[in-house]
Amino acid sequence: MSAYDIVLKSREKGRPTAVKYISNIVEGFIELHGDRRYADDKAIVAGVGYIDGMPVTVIGIEKGEDTNDKIAHNFGCAHPEGYRKAVRLMKEAEKFRRPVLCFVDTSGAFCGIGAEERGQSEAIAMSILEMIRLKTPTLSVIIGEGGSGGALGLCAADEVWITETSTYSVISPEGCASILWKDSSRVAEASECLKMTAQDLLSLGAVERVIPEEGFTDAFYAKLKTDAAQTLKKLKEIPAETLVENRYRRYRKF
Amino acid sequence: MKFDFKKFFFRKPKNELEGSENQQPKEEPPQQDAAIPEKLAEKCEGCGQIVLKDEFAANYGVCPKCGHYRKIDARARIGMCFENFEELFAEEESGNILDFPGYTEKLEQLREKTGEKDGAVCGTGMLGGVKTAVFSMDYRFTMGSMGHTVGEKITKIFEYATENKLPVVGFVLSGGARMQEGIISLMQMAKTSAAVAKHGEAGLLYISVLTDPTTGGVSASFAFEADIIIAEKGALIGFAGPRVIEQTIRQKLPEGFQRAEFIEQKGFADLIVERREMKEKLCALLKLHCGEAIA
Repeated sequence: MSAYDIVLKSREKGRPTAVKYISNIVEGFIELHGDRRYADDKAIVAGVGYIDGMPVTVIGIEKGEDTNDKIAHNFGCAHPEGYRKAVRLMKEAEKFRRPVLCFVDTSGAFCGIGAEERGQSEAIAMSILEMIRLKTPTLSVIIGEGGSGGALGLCAADEVWITETSTYSVISPEGCASILWKDSSRVAEASECLKMTAQDLLSLGAVERVIPEEGFTDAFYAKLKTDAAQTLKKLKEIPAETLVENRYRRYRKF
Repeated sequence: MKFDFKKFFFRKPKNELEGSENQQPKEEPPQQDAAIPEKLAEKCEGCGQIVLKDEFAANYGVCPKCGHYRKIDARARIGMCFENFEELFAEEESGNILDFPGYTEKLEQLREKTGEKDGAVCGTGMLGGVKTAVFSMDYRFTMGSMGHTVGEKITKIFEYATENKLPVVGFVLSGGARMQEGIISLMQMAKTSAAVAKHGEAGLLYISVLTDPTTGGVSASFAFEADIIIAEKGALIGFAGPRVIEQTIRQKLPEGFQRAEFIEQKGFADLIVERREMKEKLCALLKLHCGEAIA
């Protein structure tokens, strides 16, 4: 599969979105809403539940399934209040030393008048800053598109995993081709150059693990659940200060 | 090192930003007044009038006729506010990490043209009796876009400041991430943020000065993580550039959208400062936070 094939696959209709992962992996999920500042951003679905008997906080960027659902979730493009909700719930998780599991799938944070008026930059900046120093284990799984700062806001984790046909990039290949080469038809070439596929990211050290997709079967979710629970339990045994220091080093190497 | 205003302002500003929002370099040669030799005067990008270079220099790079703020390079910025500047991490330099086509040549050209290795200058300087760690970003290097070198230098200056218990003042100018460095450039946002967090946890002051433009990945990381956020008068500050927003929402943006005044009004900047008053304001803030109590 070419890099561009993977880009297309990562955006494919019918691909499981965050809520699908949550319903298959998290038991007893209770959704928690709102940033307590402005609104509840439906592009980010978050709450608490159990994974393999362990309480966790779950935060997912949700694209929506059918057309109406996509509109309701703003196609997975979060506003500042979405990132502020995420930070609020991460801090709540930290208070109870509960691990945080994120599912990331976004073409990018929303760009529009309201998003700018309410400080999109500040919201993402603070989400990165708070997540990277969070005194509780964090694991982010990229399950489709990992679009730039909007994805990074929920990816400043102890470990970042990515499913086989997902991407993670500083800019969309379309954006790259049109800005750099003034030629949006060179999108396939840009997809290659950006080294944005799961395998490329693994060799660059930007992700710890590539998850084979195997058709998104029950076995796929069961394995992911076991692996995630195991990793979070292992991270939970590390003293908070060491955990934060290890995380610092993880990002310091870039 | 004393900053030579004249030497700096004799150079013509070049806009290298991929997708620059505010200024397009003018192609036609400036109309010269016959009485003024070409090398002594320049055309203001704001009003198109001819201004003596000395006048620009004496006026902090602000057009005396229309008040337009010219972009100034990283060292000039530091020179305007700090004394006894001592550069740190000058040796930092990285190459074409992802083998991105054309990027090696682009870096070579920019290095040749600017005499800088990349788009950020760091070091320590004195202001109001307070020793301060400083970083400053350079518009001449792909409009201050952040790749590995920029991210590394900024991270190092925060680490240095944490270790030596110094406040940090950062002059931010960036169109965003350096896309030729792909995910490595995105990781700089996380790396710098982690260093800012450590500096803050040590109880140290960080002031960011957001200048024109501050957008993209830089605005969504260390630009907006400061204790005090100063917006330079008139600067464009935002997450997405105005053109991208207009294309997304298919709507014309209102006048003044994402300008410093708008950012302050919406509650995301502590204060707007004019360039000529920058030194004085920074001095007052540094003294208040880090100086000795006034008896």
